Amino acid sequence: MRVNFTVNGRPQEADDVWEGESLLYVLRERMGLPGSKNACEQGECGSCTVRLDGVPVCACLVAAGQVQDREVVTVEGLADYAKHRQDTHPGGGCASGACGTTLDEAKRWQSKPTDGRAGEAAPLSPIQQAFIDAGAVQCGFCTPGLLVAADELLENSPSPSDQDIREALSGNLCRCTGYEKILDAVRLAAARQEEAVQS
Amino acid sequence: MDFLRPASWEEALAAKAEHPTAVPIAGGTDVMVEINFDHRRPEYLLDLNRIGELSEWEVGQESVRLGASVPYSAIMEHLRAELPGLALASHTVASPQIRNRGGVGGNLGTASPAGDAHPALLAAGAEVEAESVRGTRLIPIDAFYTGVKRNALEPDELIRAVHIRKADGPQQYSKVGTRNAMVIAVCAFGLALHPETRTVRTGIGSAAPTPVRAKEAEAFLNAALDEGGFWESGKIITPAIAKQFAALASGACNPIDDVRGTAKYRRHAVGIMARRTLGWTWEQYRGAGRTLEGAA
Repeated sequence: MRVNFTVNGRPQEADDVWEGESLLYVLRERMGLPGSKNACEQGECGSCTVRLDGVPVCACLVAAGQVQDREVVTVEGLADYAKHRQDTHPGGGCASGACGTTLDEAKRWQSKPTDGRAGEAAPLSPIQQAFIDAGAVQCGFCTPGLLVAADELLENSPSPSDQDIREALSGNLCRCTGYEKILDAVRLAAARQEEAVQS
Repeated sequence: MDFLRPASWEEALAAKAEHPTAVPIAGGTDVMVEINFDHRRPEYLLDLNRIGELSEWEVGQESVRLGASVPYSAIMEHLRAELPGLALASHTVASPQIRNRGGVGGNLGTASPAGDAHPALLAAGAEVEAESVRGTRLIPIDAFYTGVKRNALEPDELIRAVHIRKADGPQQYSKVGTRNAMVIAVCAFGLALHPETRTVRTGIGSAAPTPVRAKEAEAFLNAALDEGGFWESGKIITPAIAKQFAALASGACNPIDDVRGTAKYRRHAVGIMARRTLGWTWEQYRGAGRTLEGAA
């Protein structure tokens, strides 16, 4: 079957999609967006977390056919998504992307690959930068899912408590770090966000 | 495999009538796991995501009509006052990502004995609104679970909504697992006080082939509370009554040994949860003016 949907602000079309295929497979294998990781395939690990119409979901549990006409944001589009949020909705959030982006903005809004070297090639979202600065990345496999989940947390609760952070990230497994640096990174991003709003 | 994408409820019913083997998919949190692991290759997938009304709820006089696809996260956020037991249960479901997609309709459709919503529905009192092209019927929750992963739905029926009685007293929910997130219940217990009718209802999860009520325990407790005048006086429930209630709740289990726990452990834990949830709800009932909302 054919599926049309929006990924990181761009209309996309996937052909010959198998009916039982997951959104994750379509993103990784058909659209060349391997940022969302494939690990457990049962919603346990959160490595494939993406935003579906603004809502964080496990892409492995969304049937490809279910995303017809809907909007997906992956970790590849996170920096642009966060920038758009800051430009168009300062201090707030743009969950659905239905805010009416101007044509000019839409034209400029593209997902660009980074070279993976501490963001030298392209600007990072605040949460991505915080992960680097806090040393929250080890093997990196869980990082994309954590970034998408943490970014959504900061969008909806600007000064989250430690409990809020733990709960928001409870669906994302990391087997390297023991989570402390990840929590540090989210606290750092929250603190920077607050500073930016105040100044 | 065929992917059916009905744009309306009527179209969905027609599709299900035409293809009774079609597997409904909403949140996908059960169905997609089975497909990803090659445990299931349904001939037809029936996508319900495009039917917006399934994600809506109405709060009525007596009950809440909860659309089958209302995600757990919405129940937690918006229905804590009306459905405190179910809101607490929803909070124990997996992770935020899963709670954003999964809903009670899927829990009922899968009818796993370990489904988190079931004990709360049994304790609150509920009816499942099942519909087909032949018509609509309300299935009492007590008659809905018919076996391990089996329910009372006919092949051409779909779950449209669940009618859950609004709380008229405190409700609690307790679940045993190895951590707070991403846990399939080892066993679970829901309890609701119904001061208007002076009754207590319960629900046991993951400790019998289906979710069940501890009916003997309820009958014993209802009689004991009535005889002792507890509802009027608001006295502390005597330990002897609580102990007997717990023993009878434990006796209502018919568990198995499996990877998550032994039958013996489950029986024991259900007794403990019965006693605790009774204590928590009764304290809430005694403390006049306290909120009836779930604590989580």
